[in-house]
Amino acid sequence: MKLIPGLVKGLAVTGATVVRTVFPKRGLRTLIPAPSKGADTVQYPHVKEAPPTRARGVIALHEGNCTACMLCARECPDWCIYIEGHKEKAPPRRPGGKPRLVNKLDRFDIDYALCMFCGICVEVCPFEALFWSPEYEFSEPRIADLLHDKSRLSEWMETVPDFEDYETGSVAKKLKVPPT
Amino acid sequence: MFPSTMLLATDPLLSEPIGQVDLLLMSAKVLTAFAFLLVSVMLLIWFERKLISHMHQRIGPTIAGPWGILQTLADGIKLFFKEDLIPSNSDRFVFKLAPYLSLVPAFLIFTIIPFGGDFNHTSTQTDPAALGTVTWRDHATYLQIADPHVGILLFLAMSSIAVYGIMLAGWASGSKYPLLGSVRASAQMISYEAALGLSVASVVLMTGSISTHDMVAAQAGDGFAGILPNWNVLATGLVPFFVFAIAGTAELNRPPFDLVEAEQELVGGFHTEYSSIRFALFFLAEFMNTITMSAIIVTLFFGGPAGPVLIDSIIGSDIGWAWGVLWFFAKLFVFLFCFVWVRATLPRFRYDQLMNMGWKLLTPTALLWFLFLSAINIGDSQGWHRALVLAVSLPIMLLAVVLIKQAAINSSRTQEQEHTQQPLDNSP
Repeated sequence: MKLIPGLVKGLAVTGATVVRTVFPKRGLRTLIPAPSKGADTVQYPHVKEAPPTRARGVIALHEGNCTACMLCARECPDWCIYIEGHKEKAPPRRPGGKPRLVNKLDRFDIDYALCMFCGICVEVCPFEALFWSPEYEFSEPRIADLLHDKSRLSEWMETVPDFEDYETGSVAKKLKVPPT
Repeated sequence: MFPSTMLLATDPLLSEPIGQVDLLLMSAKVLTAFAFLLVSVMLLIWFERKLISHMHQRIGPTIAGPWGILQTLADGIKLFFKEDLIPSNSDRFVFKLAPYLSLVPAFLIFTIIPFGGDFNHTSTQTDPAALGTVTWRDHATYLQIADPHVGILLFLAMSSIAVYGIMLAGWASGSKYPLLGSVRASAQMISYEAALGLSVASVVLMTGSISTHDMVAAQAGDGFAGILPNWNVLATGLVPFFVFAIAGTAELNRPPFDLVEAEQELVGGFHTEYSSIRFALFFLAEFMNTITMSAIIVTLFFGGPAGPVLIDSIIGSDIGWAWGVLWFFAKLFVFLFCFVWVRATLPRFRYDQLMNMGWKLLTPTALLWFLFLSAINIGDSQGWHRALVLAVSLPIMLLAVVLIKQAAINSSRTQEQEHTQQPLDNSP
């Protein structure tokens, strides 16, 4: 018998919700049913919701930081990262020094048809070259077009939000990211 | 108590030799009811989706037609053109038969529902069989497809046959989840049919007839103190109505009693293996049953089409019967709303809770109340004093409640003891 107060309370909650949804408070026009205004639904293609700043939407590449070390490609559970590079002679850092050998990036592709957005590549990158971007609209009609190259990945760098201090030790990480 | 004509009442249309006009009227009524059921199922599914969305602060279907009203039509067309799959493990004949076994009873139940007519007692009309008739070319008829002598028993029979549709669908699928769903369906429906039948019996007791037309006729007019209506929901003392509403929801397999198709446990329940138009038939039957169950509740407890006639006639033609149609649909809509409301509010029952409620609460309550009502009825017909009847029957009812409660407590205690002793017996 103690079920009945709960039952009545539950019915009251749903009843109040439907009234609030169909007749949202709009001054004099409250009495006109307007469920599209009272509901929490966002009509996506017409209205867009801003994703949270730390949303894991897509992985962006900061090309200048990448050394083609292949760590991300090897840690990737799906093997969806393709990297090619070559060594190049670079001028010495100090006058009189030896010319250096640096890794130049030829190809950095992520196949988003395979990627499962686990973020291991972002975690593992020792040179701060990979970042999470909140961008989410990158669907393609053909599955082969989901293989995005480094120029596209670099474009997403612009959507990467400014790094916010959220934990101790993050200052050091912030310093490592050069301005784009 | 009632004149014998009331007990033998049947549709005045069929009491004489049947001519062309009678056939025409009959087929017009059948066609109207058929079309009404199909269209209202379409609208009900849309209404349910829309209302439940608003209860979840969502919008619901908006794309097909104005306010998404044609969404069900679009879904129906899609289902119609889908591939029809029959699993290789299935019993092909029964697999094909099952959807019709659940659809046809859903249609047939509606035949005994009076959905219109003027049921007000006037000075000229005193014969209860003449109430609620509509006259067209000197042919008087009820706004009801048939008024068979078995009356409300047809509803009980048809809802029992509908169980076969679900049971055979699960059995013939040759797959484990549908089988589990159909086992649950048969157990659930058998448990709740007892309570359902007993609360119908209370109404039959108050009316003195099993004809649905007579039930509506008996409920027309003013009731207590001239303010309250003379509806059975008040005349039988609320309890049979609540028992019937709960058992009816269970009979429909609607939430919170939808264990038969509990998606989280049974994939789709009995219709897991069904696709295309056969699935659509099950879906149609389910929602049609919701409408007919609401109509049965309205007929049994809320006076059906009985209600006041506000404007008698327009341009000389009598439209008293149209008010009956209006009142009937207004009452029907209230119950359809309540079914959706309850669905949006309550979580699903667990299987043991379902059985406990059916056997330990609803069936004893319905039985006790039926006996109580019959005691009062016999007392009235024998001329015994009402207070004396109450003074004797109420303590007996109380005793029965205590005994049933004690039996339930005892049985659960023995069950617990068996459970706790089992590991001790098995230990070396």
